[in-house]
This record gives sequence, structure tokens and C-alpha cells, in this order.
Amino acid sequence: MNKVSPDLQRALADIQDGATIMIGGFGLCGIPENLIQALCDKGVRNLTVISNNAGTEDFGIGLLLRNQQVKKMIASYVGENRTFEELVRNGKLQIELSPQGTLAERIRAGGAGIGGFYTPTGYGTIAAENKETRTWNGRHYVLEMPLRAQFALVKAWRGDALGNLVYRATARNFNPVMATAADVTIAEVEELVETGSLNSDHVDTPGIYVQRILQGSHYEKRLQTKRLRSEREEA
Amino acid sequence: MRKHKREFIARRAAREIEDGFYVNLGLGIPALAAKFLPEGVNAVLVSESGVQGFGALPPNHQGDADLINAAKEPVALISGASLFSSVDAYAMIRGGHLDLCILGAFQVDERGNLANWMLPGKMVHGMGGAMDLACGAKRVVVAMEHTTPGKKPKILRNCTLPLTGLAVVHRIITEVAVIDVTLQGLVLREVAAEVSVEDVCRDSEAGLRVDKDLKIIQV
Repeated sequence: MNKVSPDLQRALADIQDGATIMIGGFGLCGIPENLIQALCDKGVRNLTVISNNAGTEDFGIGLLLRNQQVKKMIASYVGENRTFEELVRNGKLQIELSPQGTLAERIRAGGAGIGGFYTPTGYGTIAAENKETRTWNGRHYVLEMPLRAQFALVKAWRGDALGNLVYRATARNFNPVMATAADVTIAEVEELVETGSLNSDHVDTPGIYVQRILQGSHYEKRLQTKRLRSEREEA
Repeated sequence: MRKHKREFIARRAAREIEDGFYVNLGLGIPALAAKFLPEGVNAVLVSESGVQGFGALPPNHQGDADLINAAKEPVALISGASLFSSVDAYAMIRGGHLDLCILGAFQVDERGNLANWMLPGKMVHGMGGAMDLACGAKRVVVAMEHTTPGKKPKILRNCTLPLTGLAVVHRIITEVAVIDVTLQGLVLREVAAEVSVEDVCRDSEAGLRVDKDLKIIQV
């Protein structure tokens, strides 16, 4: 078995206009930089993007937004991006906000075949509007529905031709769960290693979840915030 | 002046952190509390970015873009740290595993309702992890300035802003007061040395019952 894609274009070949795509990352940390750029180059439009954040004006998912390729975003926090605000204000972009833990759990449910789940998060807030609620043992819960996508674009540190993935530090974030919740998961890795060389005990994403893999290049790994805010305040 | 005020709140908030606690600190004043941990208190900072056991970068250290806190700032791992996915991060938060979460707020009301994510007339940026943290931590402490920059009360009978969570706040810490949310309403436990109880009550819209054992805030 060999899931290695020869290049980025072929890895994304079957993504069409109107596709629903999950994209890993927390802010700019752990985003699939190469796959996002390739999606921009490909120019497919009317995408629904599921991702924790919306990138910055000139990096990450911000590049897709600037290209007006995205019709709808499902996210938990979309600050720090003026392009995003403009698109929403002009009615060119729909946004569905989910609390971050609910977003993660909805994706987990999507990947694990769960039909929906009840969580206390968001009860009594805008996040629970038009949703079923239940009360057990005096605690209130909100029904949340699973999320799936046609494609998941994820970024790992290392991977092999079978699609086994290992992540690094907080660049892990939403990547492993998104890998479980799409019809086609496409992984880019910093290092594509020989099959058998990953420690099986330390594989984070088993290959069954990954359909295509390729080695990325020219990682920028931009830092969104340079120093601890608390230190800056002290300065 | 404002910096001094924020630091005072952070110092008092830090005293909520007990030895052995797993703690999540929100952005702003709560994050400052990490610098003022009382001596002898060993607590583990947990971030929803997927790390427990981290601290500020050493001076002149560039940081590693793969290792950030929830404010997307680079941080350093401390000995015994561990790293995990967003699913695990939120299982910890939502499953009641955090001993304490200290959050900032726009408004808190007498039932412990919290508003800290959305301001009218401003672009909506999203709640991020605030709703999960407010609902999930064993104890939720709000650390905030007592009034708005325009001197309007933030401690209200009823929150007027969109809520983050319903009846989630246990304690409020400001530059002038420490107030507990109880079934009988808000109870004033501590006041700042140079401030009178009347001042605190005047700057709070919600009614405050004064603890008969009222103390001066120590930082």
C-alpha cells in the first residue's frame, strides 16, 4: 500500500466547487500550509470550511478568504482577520460559530459515527438557540449535531506511506480529530519517513484515517503573537 | 494607573490558586496571575491549545511556532509537561477536571451569570473556548476591573450582554472587592484597604450583602 501523492495538485484533484473541507490548526499553529496554498492555486469556490479559526489577513485560511473561495465558515473564533470581517459585513461570507469544545466534539462525533450528543456548554446562551435541550439530575444540556466533511486537510510532523501520522507539540490541536471525520483525509507532513520507522506506540493518527499523504516544503510556521502578553505589559 | 490596578487584581487572583491545582487562565488580567503564584504553591497551567505544564519563554528566546498557549503566544514547556489534542483539551475542560479557571468578564450578575465574549455594535469574533471553560471547570473565578472604563457598573442584577454561561461564576475579584456568588445573592468578603464598603456598593448595580467577617484584600 502506498498513499503518497506525487504532488499537491494531484492530492487535491477531486476537490470541486462547493466542497466541504475541514482544515486543521489552532490559529496559525499546525496549519497545512502547502495544502492551503495549493487550494488557493486551484481556485475552487463556494467552499464550506470547518476550522477552529480563520487565519490572518495574509496567511492560512485568510488566503482562501481573500481569494473569495469560501462561502461559509464553521469556526469557534474568527478575530484577528479584517478581511473576514469585511466579507461578513458585505454578506459574502456566512459564519456558524460553535464553542471550541463543542466544535471539537462535533467533529469527534462525526468521525466516530455518533448521531449527536448533549453538552452543558452554551446552555442559556446564543449558542443554544433553536437547539433541543434536556435536563438530567438538575443539569441542563444542549443537543449538538456531528460534523463531517468531504475532505480534511491536516498537517502532521512525521508520517509514512501508510498514512500513519505523528504530531508535534500544540501543532497537534484539531488535526487528529479532523483526520477521522472526512471522506478523504489528505495529510501533509514535514518529514515523510520510511514505513516501519515510526514507533507504533507513538502513532497519533493510525493510517486507516488517511487516504493521501505528501511531504510539504518551505514551512513558514508564522507566529501570530510574538511574546507572552504578560511580559509585554510588564515592559 | 490602569496597569497598577490590573496587577493588583492579578495578584489577588493568584491567591486563588492552591498547591496541586490544574488551572486555566484566560486572556488579559487572568494570564497575568501566573507571575504572582504564592510561594510554595506548585500548580500546573493547562491551555486549550493542547498543553499542560508550561510557562513564559526565557528572555531572548524566539519561541517555537509549534508550541503556543491559547493566546497564540509562544511558551516554554516545564519539566513534566504533556501535550494533547483539542479533543483531549476539551475533555479535560468539559469533564470537570480543571480545579480552577480564572476568566475576564464584561459583566457578571447576582446569579453568577457571565458575559465575556460579545459586545453590541462590535464585530462578533466568536466565543472560542470561553463557554466550555465557564461550564466545565470545578471553580470559576472572574478577575476584572470593577467598572467599565466609562465608570459603569459591571456587577449587575442581570447581565445585559449576550451570556457566556448561566450561573457559572463562583467568585469575582476586582481592584476594590472580592465577592462570592451564593444562593442568597452576592456576598462581599473583602474590600481594598483604601476603599469603603459604601464605595463598592455604589459602583455595583447588584445588591451586596456584607460578610460579617469582612476582610481587607491582601496581595
